[in-house]
Amino acid sequence: MSDSAELVKRLLKGDRRAAAKLITLVENDNNGQSAKIMHLLHPHTKKAYIVGVTGAPGSGKSTLTDRLTHELRTKEKTVGVIAVDPTSPFTGGALLGDRIRMKESCTDKGVFIRSMGTRGSLGGLSRATNNAIRILDAFGKDFILVETVGAGQSEVDIVNSAYTSIVILVPGMGDDIQAIKAGILEIGDIFVVNKADRDGADRTVMELEMMLELNPKKNVWRPPIIKTIASRGEGVEELLSCIEKHRSYLESNNLLEKRQDCRNESELMDVLSYRINKYLLDDLKQSGSYTDLLKKICEQKIDIYTAADEILKILWKKS
Amino acid sequence: MDKKIRILMAKPGLDGHDRGIKVVARALRDAGMEVVYTGLHQTPEQIVEAAIQEDVDAMGLSILSGAHMALFPKIIDLLKSNNAEDILVTGGGIIPKEDIEELKKMGVSAIFGPGTPTTEIIKYIEENVKN
Amino acid sequence: MFEKDKLEELKKEKKEWEEGSLKKVLDKFAERKDEFMSISDAPIERLYTPEEVEGLDYSEKIGYPGQFPFTRGVQPTMYRGKLWTMRQYAGFGSAEDTNKRYKYLLDQGQTGLSVAFDLPTQMGYDSDHQMALGEVGKCGVSISSLKDMETLFDGIPLDKVSTSMTINSTAAILLAMYIAVAGKQGVPPDKITGTIQNDLLKEYIARGTYIFPPAPSMRIVTDIFDYCSKNVPRWNTISISGYHIREAGSTAAQELAFTLANGMTYVDSAIKKGLDVDKFAPRLSFFFNSHNDFFEEIAKFRAARRIWAKIMAEKFGAKNPKSMMLRFHTQTAGCSLTAQQPYNNIIRTTLEALSAVLGGTQSLHTNSMDEAFALPSEESVKVALRTQQVIGFESGVANTIDPLAGSYFIEALTDKIEKEVLEYFDQIEALGGVLAALERGFFHKEIANASYRYQKEVEAAEKIVVGVNKFTTGEETQMNLLKVDPGVQKKQEDQIKALKEERDNKKVEELLGGIRQAAKGDDNLIPYITEAVKEYATLGEICDVLRDVFGEYKEQTVF
Repeated sequence: MSDSAELVKRLLKGDRRAAAKLITLVENDNNGQSAKIMHLLHPHTKKAYIVGVTGAPGSGKSTLTDRLTHELRTKEKTVGVIAVDPTSPFTGGALLGDRIRMKESCTDKGVFIRSMGTRGSLGGLSRATNNAIRILDAFGKDFILVETVGAGQSEVDIVNSAYTSIVILVPGMGDDIQAIKAGILEIGDIFVVNKADRDGADRTVMELEMMLELNPKKNVWRPPIIKTIASRGEGVEELLSCIEKHRSYLESNNLLEKRQDCRNESELMDVLSYRINKYLLDDLKQSGSYTDLLKKICEQKIDIYTAADEILKILWKKS
Repeated sequence: MDKKIRILMAKPGLDGHDRGIKVVARALRDAGMEVVYTGLHQTPEQIVEAAIQEDVDAMGLSILSGAHMALFPKIIDLLKSNNAEDILVTGGGIIPKEDIEELKKMGVSAIFGPGTPTTEIIKYIEENVKN
Repeated sequence: MFEKDKLEELKKEKKEWEEGSLKKVLDKFAERKDEFMSISDAPIERLYTPEEVEGLDYSEKIGYPGQFPFTRGVQPTMYRGKLWTMRQYAGFGSAEDTNKRYKYLLDQGQTGLSVAFDLPTQMGYDSDHQMALGEVGKCGVSISSLKDMETLFDGIPLDKVSTSMTINSTAAILLAMYIAVAGKQGVPPDKITGTIQNDLLKEYIARGTYIFPPAPSMRIVTDIFDYCSKNVPRWNTISISGYHIREAGSTAAQELAFTLANGMTYVDSAIKKGLDVDKFAPRLSFFFNSHNDFFEEIAKFRAARRIWAKIMAEKFGAKNPKSMMLRFHTQTAGCSLTAQQPYNNIIRTTLEALSAVLGGTQSLHTNSMDEAFALPSEESVKVALRTQQVIGFESGVANTIDPLAGSYFIEALTDKIEKEVLEYFDQIEALGGVLAALERGFFHKEIANASYRYQKEVEAAEKIVVGVNKFTTGEETQMNLLKVDPGVQKKQEDQIKALKEERDNKKVEELLGGIRQAAKGDDNLIPYITEAVKEYATLGEICDVLRDVFGEYKEQTVF
């Protein structure tokens, strides 16, 4: 396997194979590889603008992402795309099919597309995605589009960590209300009603407007609602100009920094808790006192809280 | 997280028969692999570029139209010119035996003809992907 | 079909048999399997008796050949009048190569032609396009301009031979070329007979050679209906195809349901365009698969006729009985052919062909034994054609009409398939019709699930494929396969280059401009295309214009 330092060097020279291999390394994260890579990449990041795109399956998010990529390319911006699809909880495998709708961008040297499975472990996805974003950032992409179905907390986290989050709805699919229930409403900076040539598009727009009125989080930024027909590219130009507007809104109000801070803090907490879990608890599990305590609980000699107190005592002593 | 085998599944050329590739893609997923499916009507350039960006360990190409002797070599050449010949190239479809031998000489690792059990394909990929 | 009392008596007798003779044997010897299933995973009972068809009304459900609901066949005399058309799908290499094969097949007693086009022709690319790399002449004949079409039918009288063309996205262009070639032979459009497949919906669902999005595709289809009803009245304007849906892995009921649902979508769209149903509906034809579950297929064909007749009469208010007749072509199942022990394929094909004949097909293609390896050789095509001839002339099955009617099993199965199909219609309707269901990936999901299930069953040896998962030998059979001349692509490229130098390019530009204008507006596109092909505008040039105006479709992929 290539040495990660060597890969980082190649990445910074613009080698896309190195970028791809680095993403694999942070996804697998064997032997603390991610830590090393992130350490080396750190000085080269914080340049890209991150956009989250979320919507139910069938809402046309890959098509929209593809069109948005085109639009950005006509403005001579380079683009990284991270498309997240669910991993089967039963088999651990995944079918990643977002590239089907991104055929044209595929061979454009200014575009880099990567599909990722949600895989298994808690928090692992956001960690891997955030690291992949940083890799593409250091790779020099101006915009990074992160696309997910937005189901489950970790996927919501991903979208939430973008600077501008786009939520896609489709008229008459019956998922609009559900999406709002799932808390998607709070994270949307821009709402898109895609497939707007379908019946009921205006009604969906109206419902959304009403929902946004009711939203207690009164912001200065009022999320715009845009109608698009992604398959024909209609409305995509307007969408991009909304993204730009949102960006300047964030920048002129020092909110971009704030978002970055939030992002950093949640990532720090995430890495910390992951490490605490991994190093402290893993160590502990190997130790004899842990097994002893567990046995005592089973034998009804001790309750769980007391056992936890005991463990904490041991850990503190260690550190 | 653990290492997972990543494989690109694609239909090069204009052939629209995707029953086989879909069955195999699903079987590979069920065997725990990450399958990047790029669908129909792919040019060799698109396939190789996707394989690189997705950093796949292997690719499975399905051709039933008889264009295999033009498309496979083109893909192998592109992999070589991108220093990506470590990616395992496998294929399937309607391909006569003498062509299979020829393709293997060019660098195609395996061709799975009609009637191949998916278990055999899974086993082959698992055993031949370099760690 | 039976008096009530008689039925009661029969039921009693059946019960006695079950508790007596049957039980005695079952107690001692278990049956081969707990459950017997068709290849479509439909459960099959041990025995069918009058009880299973007790509600069957003969006049309403079965009737007489050539009469509503056409369950027993579309003509009053069926094969006693004329055998089905023996039509082998063929095409490879250059137009010259294929022209030779056609003449050979006609010499061998084939009664109609069926053109296989290569993929660039089907996808609207000339042979010199980069997407055509490696595909020219490979799974069919390569046609880029009228020049190629003239060569393809050289010496074949188009007033005597009917021609079926498997062409969809570019059907309008190939039909225009055919009309032009006939014109040069002195045969006017109203004298030519044949079929274009022209079924775009199944391209999105299963076959994959689509170019444009559904809306403009539907428009071209209805433009063709309209044009032909006025100018080419003996031409079958569409062959609504279940064949590819089945090959993609669907069940028998899905094949029928999705195909007929597509059929309804075309009829609906033509009526909405203002066409008179009885003007265009008699020219609609169908194309089904004949798979290797013998009885299920026969029942499927019979159910198809009955369902379609009712749809046309009741849903679309057709008055002309010809509008209600489901006429169909059949091809044996390509996906049932095995690369292992290829001679077994002759037997599979024979059984499948027999199903089609017992199901009342109007024309038939029998697959060749070597098609799991390559396009068929001349030798293997001959065996495939002989298979039909043996069935038609030796077996005696064509001596009487619909010989299996009245079989308790066949009638019960026909009913059951009809019922399943109607249930699918409800589901599709609930999703908002075929186009909406397509967009949601409904068809893909249904088909992919069925094909995956089948594969698992084969791998678990729950379904037996002789020579593949049972009775295997490990031996390789040597076959003399057809080799397509690898020089075809170069030859074609040179011809296109030469053509573009000798034709009137100014005229071609003008005519292409006319097509662009028509595509943007509402005019019928066919006359514009007809004019352009006569001046040797190429297939690729015409499609480029249409792609530019209509855009391109991207697949729905659901697993």
